[in-house]
Amino acid sequence: MSSESEVIDQFVEQEYKWGFYTDVETDTLPPGLNEDVIRHISGKKEEPEWLLEWRLKAFRHWQKMEEPRWPHVQYEPIDYQGISYYSAPGAKDKDRPKSLDEVDPKLLETYDKLGVPLHERERLAGVAVDAVFDSVSVGTTHQEELAKHGVIFCSFSEAVREHPELIKKYLGSVVPYTDNFFATLNSAVFSDGSFVYIPKGVRCPLDLSTYFRINAAETGQFERTLIVADEGSKVSYLEGCTAPMRDENQLHAAVVELVALGDAEIKYSTVQNWYPGDEDGKGGIYNFVTKRGICKGDHSKICWTQVETGSAITWKYPSVILRGDDSVGEFYSVALANLAQQADTGTKMIHLGKNTRSTIISKGISAGKGQNSYRGLVQMGKNATDARNFTQCDSLLIGSRCGAHTFPYIEVKNPSAQVEHEATTSKIGEDQIFYCNARGIETQDAVNMIVNGFCKEVFSELPMEFAMEAQALMDVSLEGSVG
Amino acid sequence: MLEIKNLQARVEGKAILKGIDLSINAGEVHAIMGPNGSGKSTLAQVLAGREGYDITDGSVAYNGEDLLDLGPEERVREGFFLAFQYPVEIPGVNTTYFLRAAVNALRDHRGEAELSAVDFLKLMREKIQLLELDESLLKRSVNEGFSGGEKKRAEILQMALLDPKFAVLDETDSGLDIDALKVVAGGVNHLKRVDNAQLVITHYQRLLDYIVPDYVHVLVDGRIVKSGPKELALELEERGYDWIIEEQVA
Ligand SMILES: Nc1ncnc2c1ncn2[C@@H]1O[C@H](COP(=O)(O)OP(=O)(O)OP(=O)(O)O)[C@@H](O)[C@H]1O
Ligand SMILES: [Mg+2]
Repeated sequence: MSSESEVIDQFVEQEYKWGFYTDVETDTLPPGLNEDVIRHISGKKEEPEWLLEWRLKAFRHWQKMEEPRWPHVQYEPIDYQGISYYSAPGAKDKDRPKSLDEVDPKLLETYDKLGVPLHERERLAGVAVDAVFDSVSVGTTHQEELAKHGVIFCSFSEAVREHPELIKKYLGSVVPYTDNFFATLNSAVFSDGSFVYIPKGVRCPLDLSTYFRINAAETGQFERTLIVADEGSKVSYLEGCTAPMRDENQLHAAVVELVALGDAEIKYSTVQNWYPGDEDGKGGIYNFVTKRGICKGDHSKICWTQVETGSAITWKYPSVILRGDDSVGEFYSVALANLAQQADTGTKMIHLGKNTRSTIISKGISAGKGQNSYRGLVQMGKNATDARNFTQCDSLLIGSRCGAHTFPYIEVKNPSAQVEHEATTSKIGEDQIFYCNARGIETQDAVNMIVNGFCKEVFSELPMEFAMEAQALMDVSLEGSVG
Repeated sequence: MLEIKNLQARVEGKAILKGIDLSINAGEVHAIMGPNGSGKSTLAQVLAGREGYDITDGSVAYNGEDLLDLGPEERVREGFFLAFQYPVEIPGVNTTYFLRAAVNALRDHRGEAELSAVDFLKLMREKIQLLELDESLLKRSVNEGFSGGEKKRAEILQMALLDPKFAVLDETDSGLDIDALKVVAGGVNHLKRVDNAQLVITHYQRLLDYIVPDYVHVLVDGRIVKSGPKELALELEERGYDWIIEEQVA
């Protein structure tokens, strides 16, 4: 019926509630990228020589690489010389704050507004937060409490200063600096991020969380997160992010590396809410991220859960290398492409060890003119005896101008391995909306209800508070001028 | 209660309703019968407020208000209810959750407090007994994989929960076995009061043995061509529609 497009295609105008800008003095490098810029960043961070060398190797390698063209996304060429690679709040000559008490109140206010208060008295209970603002971490909460358990949770820069042996051992061990165009760029210019180390046998007493905020204009954000869970330890880590509304696109090229040793378990959850741009595709974040974990030891487990509602373009494939025998990899994803958003996301499960198991649950929602692609690789190596994978890949279409695509790749080199793949595509129909209306339920609520029902399996994998936030976020992201 | 005057509607340029006049008072039950494709469901959907129909002429007054001016969900809040001929499946949405949302939307409109999950469950248990419906059905997604008969019973369960002032039942009897028919009709009768009214669309006079109408109307090609007492249904069952159509032409 013709009214379908009228009723449902109107879900394209959303209000981005995190789009404000914080006016703080900044120490920002002029746009441009060369070896001097890299030396400057490294110098700012008082890095050891080996790390500078590592960055420079990455940069030289990057100069020989080409930007990938295979993702199912379209964008104007990025001018890598037009981006500033370092922007930190605070004047150039000022020392970095020693503790949260010394942090500029304007910054604390920003995080209050975003719903992640950092002050002692208002902090989120049960969650330790590392707050990253443009290129630097402005502070990390609950550090003393975590230290009692031997847990290290700090900014990447601090880790380089305080725990160089761990950084040296694990940096680039999962995502080498030669890995791919964006990861290599990140390796050259990364500014900050979070570092986590959970000692042997420790269950981290708090959820750990990093909140990334892009504030400055014409800068890129290149953060790096490294999480190492030593034998028999367990940690749940959450990542959130937002950015101001701007007409130009901003590049976010992050790298996340996870290492789970024997019997260790890492649960990594993301609620990604970068500014998505407007309905004509103007502005928004280019989210080109490399996330990979290795189940290094036997019986280890890595679980990625992501709710991707923001960004103009999302390009990310959180992956697990299942090296240890009996190790487990999981990937639960909800990706929303509304407005003119484009998402090309999925996962890679690389089974190397015996009896390894992986589960992939991917839910793609397309609305407006959004284009959503699932791209997944399941690889069963020749030693992956009795390995199993189950993949379920569902797409939900809202309206008739959006698209859903799936690109599953399967490679099996061990005859005892089993791979199962299920896929569905459904559409929120005008008849479903009318049926809800005819029971007194408003169109917006009906859409939310259907979308949340569709995402249930993934939301239930998120920690409680995050699940509620994700649901609320999904609701606003689909909020529109309902006819 | 409901006053339909010269209602004309088109779908995609094609005239379906060609001037319907129908007046229904509180306390009455009306039945509409008529051949396939004559416009019965179209009338029901237009009354419920579905988009995509061009109302080219006529009016519908509902308790003195212009019904056609209200959005579908507003009509529900004013006590209007449609039991669908083809109830819609909504995968992923739990039936209990859906029903509670519907009931609470109505309560909210009336300024009543939302029902808690516990209170709602109590209310629902009471209603499902009335319809001899299996409770396990309510844990599933809305109508998904329900059998034809289960869907129809679930429609009447919704009617029982929303307790409408004016209900249109579009072929609620099709797909029901004899026992189910009695149960569903019993449920509908249970909801009948002197201050509400029902419009029952059916092909079979059998239903009208259980839900006894005050009036029977025959809809042919977008018009009500004959109205009469409940005995008219018996005559239609015996003789079909041709004689009425011929009577019309003559
Ligand atoms: N969306 C539509 N597009 C085109 N034609 C339509 C549409 N909806 C209804 N019609 C046509 O309108 C006419 C009346 O349909 P309607 O469903 O109201 O009939 P009905 O009397 O309920 O029939 P039945 O007894 O088979 O249920 C039919 O010819 C049908 O094909
Ligand atoms: Mg019909």
